[in-house]
Amino acid sequence: MTEFTPFVRKDMLEPRDPPGNQQGPIAWARENLFSGPMNTVLTLLGILAVGWLALHIIPWLMHSVWNANSLSECRAIIAQTWGPDATGACWAMVRERWHQYVFGFYPMDLYWRPTLAFLLMLVAIAPVLYQSLPRKMMWFTALYPFICYWLLWGGTLWAPIVVLAGFGLFALAFRFAAPKLGVPVSAGLGLLAAAVWWLFVQTPLSTALNGIIPLSIRDVDSDQFGGFLLSIVIGITAISASLPMGILLALGRKSDMLLVKSLSVMFIEFIRGVPLITLLFTASLLLQYFLPPGSNFDIILRVIILVTLFAAAYIAEVIRGGLAALPRGQYEAADALGLDYWQAQRLIIMPQALKISIPGIVSSFIGLFKDTTLVAFVGLMDPLKGITAVVRADINWKGIYWEPYIFAGTIFFLICFGMSRYSMWLERKLKTDHR
Amino acid sequence: MAEQAIDLSKMTISDEVAVQISNMNKWYGQFHVLRDVNMTVHKGERIVICGPSGSGKSTLIRCINRLEEHQSGQIVVDGTELTNDLKNIDKVRSEVGMVFQHFNLFPHLTILENCTLAPIWVRKIPKREAEETAMHFLSKVKIPDQAHKYPGQLSGGQQQRVAIARSLCMRPRIMLFDEPTSALDPEMIKEVLDTMISLAEEGMTMLCVTHEMGFAQAVANRVIFMDKGQIVEQNSPREFFNNPQSERTKLFLSQILGH
Ligand SMILES: Nc1ncnc2c1ncn2[C@@H]1O[C@H](COP(=O)(O)OP(=O)(O)OP(=O)(O)O)[C@@H](O)[C@H]1O
Ligand SMILES: [Mg+2]
Repeated sequence: MTEFTPFVRKDMLEPRDPPGNQQGPIAWARENLFSGPMNTVLTLLGILAVGWLALHIIPWLMHSVWNANSLSECRAIIAQTWGPDATGACWAMVRERWHQYVFGFYPMDLYWRPTLAFLLMLVAIAPVLYQSLPRKMMWFTALYPFICYWLLWGGTLWAPIVVLAGFGLFALAFRFAAPKLGVPVSAGLGLLAAAVWWLFVQTPLSTALNGIIPLSIRDVDSDQFGGFLLSIVIGITAISASLPMGILLALGRKSDMLLVKSLSVMFIEFIRGVPLITLLFTASLLLQYFLPPGSNFDIILRVIILVTLFAAAYIAEVIRGGLAALPRGQYEAADALGLDYWQAQRLIIMPQALKISIPGIVSSFIGLFKDTTLVAFVGLMDPLKGITAVVRADINWKGIYWEPYIFAGTIFFLICFGMSRYSMWLERKLKTDHR
Repeated sequence: MAEQAIDLSKMTISDEVAVQISNMNKWYGQFHVLRDVNMTVHKGERIVICGPSGSGKSTLIRCINRLEEHQSGQIVVDGTELTNDLKNIDKVRSEVGMVFQHFNLFPHLTILENCTLAPIWVRKIPKREAEETAMHFLSKVKIPDQAHKYPGQLSGGQQQRVAIARSLCMRPRIMLFDEPTSALDPEMIKEVLDTMISLAEEGMTMLCVTHEMGFAQAVANRVIFMDKGQIVEQNSPREFFNNPQSERTKLFLSQILGH
């Protein structure tokens, strides 16, 4: 039998601060690196591996040469300064050819145009990335694609204006039809109107307008694009287009309408089942087949469309995962309040599903951006293979190997790492469930 | 709860019909969930629906705002028959408020935004006005000071009161409650029931699935007992609790009240 004394508390205890934790680097290291024999062995092995790598890479980086006109000159300088057996990096190549990595074969006297387009892009993206910026900036964001197109490819300013008018036509048709015919049908009607406009009115009208008021800058052809200019043009366009498309596909896949559902499923499964390169190859053939003869479909636009479709299929699946994670009660509450399907999707379902899917979506974006280097296979000058091949073809830089890849790789890393950090920031910012 | 009993004699129940359900049947696949349900709800009635788990209580009230589709029979809500016509469905849903067992607040929106969303988008009320209405109802459920928090920061009882306020902001004519207190701790049950009682006092037409028998005795003018998808017994609360007729009802009451 256990004894106990009856007890009644007379006065309640005040809250106190927690006891001071053991802090400081030594405590941290003991807890995290050397907490047991296994952990200690792993830590030591890790230190050895890092040390071994550093031993090989650091001298190579330390012996960098920035001023030389050819690889052989680089090697001579390295041998002269650090002895005949020394190895070193020859960054002189980057110093001489960086502009090709950035702009490809874009005419040198027009470098200001892509540069300006890039700076304006930062302004256009800012309000999308940071909700705290004034919403009015979105107007510029909406106009930006047209400005950018004109700056990069040149030609008459009327061309993008007439394309814009096509979007206006779409909006108008949608606006009038939506109350009567519902969202999907009127979107289809609007798209039809816009397509007719672009296919048949676009060229004659912009030529005519340019005849009346000429507003032209020098044309730059698509095959003059290259390097990171090309990657960023393809990457950013495909990223911005694939997200809405992925959302629609994800919704289509969950739709009650059999036709919509099976089309979405077929599209997603087909695109995901076929390598991007296959798509890039066949598309040039297929698209030529469908378009009116004589119309030369721009190669960059072609690639952008395919990369967009490709990414959209993946994003659709990522978003479907987000949708599946939402409790049914959210749909029911939205229904019970009388919101219609599109309102419920836009205001309740998508904001939450997208938030859940941020890591997956950003992974897809990062993959997409790196996949832009695959355009090398259809003859475009991507920064990794295309430009590097050009550089190596120069007798002065023949045989250079690591430097171009490290250079291009570093830039890719910085951009992708930036996306990843942004997504983590966004996730933290959007965290409102406080669980 | 009895001390809070509202003066039923003062409550007026009009002749006007709010919900008319006739010969309604519903199946889930092969499973016959609701069988020949007939029910007339008049404006101002406060009906408590009870019954064992799986008897179809939730399904019944979810049919009233078409969260579930019935396969035969007729449901007319406030003069509008529920058919496949989306317009009718949206009309009925904006007239009928619903409170769920698990609150179903929108976690990505603040309390105030939860309350103003449907008025702004469905009723097309200007934002300012919607916010005023929302604050009015939030004060009524006694949480105006939480308006700018997110649902996840509130206790269960507070969340359920927000859910009630959110429904009220649409100025519904009928309120449906599906076990609004079953997910709550005893301390919070009272605050939610108090809110519902004050709603009843204002003459709201209420259909409430609940096992809170005290609430039924104090507020309801009619108790409906369901089993196996059928209405087995319905009566005034006094008769229902003191003088149940069917064996099934007696068994249920002895289980729920007795021990
Ligand atoms: N979506 C569904 N598909 C198939 N069967 C279902 C579905 N929803 C409910 N049921 C079944 O229908 C019956 C009635 O369910 P309902 O939720 O209406 O019961 P209830 O009376 O509300 O019970 P509880 O007190 O447990 O909430 C149950 O047997 C349940 O298993
Ligand atoms: Mg239920």
